[in-house]
Amino acid sequence: MEKKWEELSPDEKQEAQFQKLLAPKDPEGNDLQFQSPEAEVAYKASINRFKEAVQLKESDRIPVSVFPGWFPILYSGMTPQEAMYDYEKCAAAFKKFVLDFEPDLQWGAVMPGPGKFFEILDYKLYAWPGHGVNPDSGYQCLEDEYMQPHEYDLLITDPSFFFRNFYLPRIFGALEGFTMLPPLTGILEMYGVAFNFIPFGLPPVQNTFKALFEAGAEALKWVTVMGGVNGELASLGFPNILGGFTKAPFDTIGDTLRGTKGIIMDMYRQPDKLLQALQSMTPIMIGMGLGAAQQTGNPVIFMPLHKGADGFMSDEQFKTFYWPTLKAVIEGLIGEGCIPFIAAEGGYNSRLEVIRDLPKGKTVWMFDQTDMVKAKEIVGDTLCLWGNIPSTMLKIGTPEDVKDYAKKLIDTVGKGGGFIMGNGAFFDHAEPENVQAMVDFTKEHGVYK
Amino acid sequence: MAGELAKLLSDLKEPEALEFVEKALAEGADPMDLLGQAKEGMNIVGQRFADDYYFIPDLVFSGEILKGIVKLLEPHLKKAEATERLGTVVMGTVAGDIHDIGKDLVAFMLDVHGFEVLDLGIDVPAEKFVETIKESGSTVVGLSGFLTLAFDSMKETVDAIKEAGLRDQVKIMIGGGQMNEDVKSYAGADAYGKDAVEAVKLAQGWIGG
Repeated sequence: MEKKWEELSPDEKQEAQFQKLLAPKDPEGNDLQFQSPEAEVAYKASINRFKEAVQLKESDRIPVSVFPGWFPILYSGMTPQEAMYDYEKCAAAFKKFVLDFEPDLQWGAVMPGPGKFFEILDYKLYAWPGHGVNPDSGYQCLEDEYMQPHEYDLLITDPSFFFRNFYLPRIFGALEGFTMLPPLTGILEMYGVAFNFIPFGLPPVQNTFKALFEAGAEALKWVTVMGGVNGELASLGFPNILGGFTKAPFDTIGDTLRGTKGIIMDMYRQPDKLLQALQSMTPIMIGMGLGAAQQTGNPVIFMPLHKGADGFMSDEQFKTFYWPTLKAVIEGLIGEGCIPFIAAEGGYNSRLEVIRDLPKGKTVWMFDQTDMVKAKEIVGDTLCLWGNIPSTMLKIGTPEDVKDYAKKLIDTVGKGGGFIMGNGAFFDHAEPENVQAMVDFTKEHGVYK
Repeated sequence: MAGELAKLLSDLKEPEALEFVEKALAEGADPMDLLGQAKEGMNIVGQRFADDYYFIPDLVFSGEILKGIVKLLEPHLKKAEATERLGTVVMGTVAGDIHDIGKDLVAFMLDVHGFEVLDLGIDVPAEKFVETIKESGSTVVGLSGFLTLAFDSMKETVDAIKEAGLRDQVKIMIGGGQMNEDVKSYAGADAYGKDAVEAVKLAQGWIGG
């Protein structure tokens, strides 16, 4: 008899999630029709290579991924601005990128995002091409203290209320009306219930909702195009392995709420409040990943790590502020069979002994400037390693440089499985022949005998 | 009393350091002596950072404590006293890139170590660097960048400095997220510094101090 989901072990849940990935659906929920038997074989082979790598086993060969930033857009000869405003062109650029380079694993065309959507909401958290940076640049974050130092109790007590009434109106001009809304938890019994709905009759709130409807329609338009190219690439044998996104609680608070400087001040001036807030964000970050996996039917949850890198904070600070809640998020995802795909930006050399403390064969770590050979030694029996052709090499090196570097990775880190070849950081500018060399060389020389 | 403030600042004791300054001023201590001690404290912080004992949060927080100390001292300092400078460094995040955290940290540490910093901000066009070098007669330029597009922007900036006939006048250092020695060579700069303390050392090597 089949077990209920909650009766499954984490291993069984992971297996069930992989089976879902191996049986992709079209947008209507039917089995995806592959365009040829070869495409189906290629698709499943890539997923299986990924699965074996996650589980630290050897498959037929080392899988190779290309996870770029704006590279596909620039490679197609268009600007980031065009990609953000012309969804069809963006999708076409992405398709060309995948079909030209043929990586085993790719991560979809959603990175540029819908420009008009951001305009409708008057987004203030980022500068994007034509809005604060020139059309040739990608979007870049405008750090500030969008959460004030004295607002920790608000965040800790009711994160959703804090986000809706304080944080969101600060980062989206069009959401000003949210500041007038009462907490939903005041809606209890017949007496008094109507008071809670009065704000919805007021013009500022109604204007905010009008903007939301418009923004929602735009997001839907955009995702239909991006989902379309995703499905098409899958039917051609190229799986998108990204199912969702979540963050380390420290980065959630430090990146866009308190800002880098703000959170640093809090580490000294109000460490207990910060630790409490990190705790309260932890289940929310787990839920964010699990919810996305459920929605997309894809268990691979991307987690870009920002402020935990070598040199950014001390090992002691890492163990106190960064790691405990990050570990809890990772374990929460693993518990439901998801595969946390963690991009450790910067170097993680001094953190290897700490991050080793995770279940074996359940997570993937994309390393940027970490010494991969050392990583293999210290965490290679626990974590699947991903990376790390340097961005500088892809841009200013030669195909020979890339091949030499890839060969070293294959010979050392690839040994025994648990390795995925790829770029180390999310690059925008690169020489196409260098990217091609990374993919082709791995397919040729990354074969397990 | 000598060194007490330096110790409090370098141990990142914010309330204690500020209280010490207030009390010392009330007792008639020489504000220049206190400023000297604060500088000594920042030198210790810089040394601990170079020794991998302190990290970015410690550096940033020490800067905040220093700002608090300077704010207390300022009304007691004569204008001329605080403006002795070793030399001028032109700093900026290169065209197309608006990342400023690393650049600000480098500018701050250069300032603390006695350099006049002309911070041109973010997304700085090559011409702006050229113009500022000409106007200021500066001999050191710091180019900051985080994105891969900054590789080319740095190269273009160095080329523009060359074309303006100023390349022999200045030493150029680069730094930021994806930068390294290869980017330094690609851009035609003189040095790559991995952090703010290295940037200070480079400037000291070129200018002195």
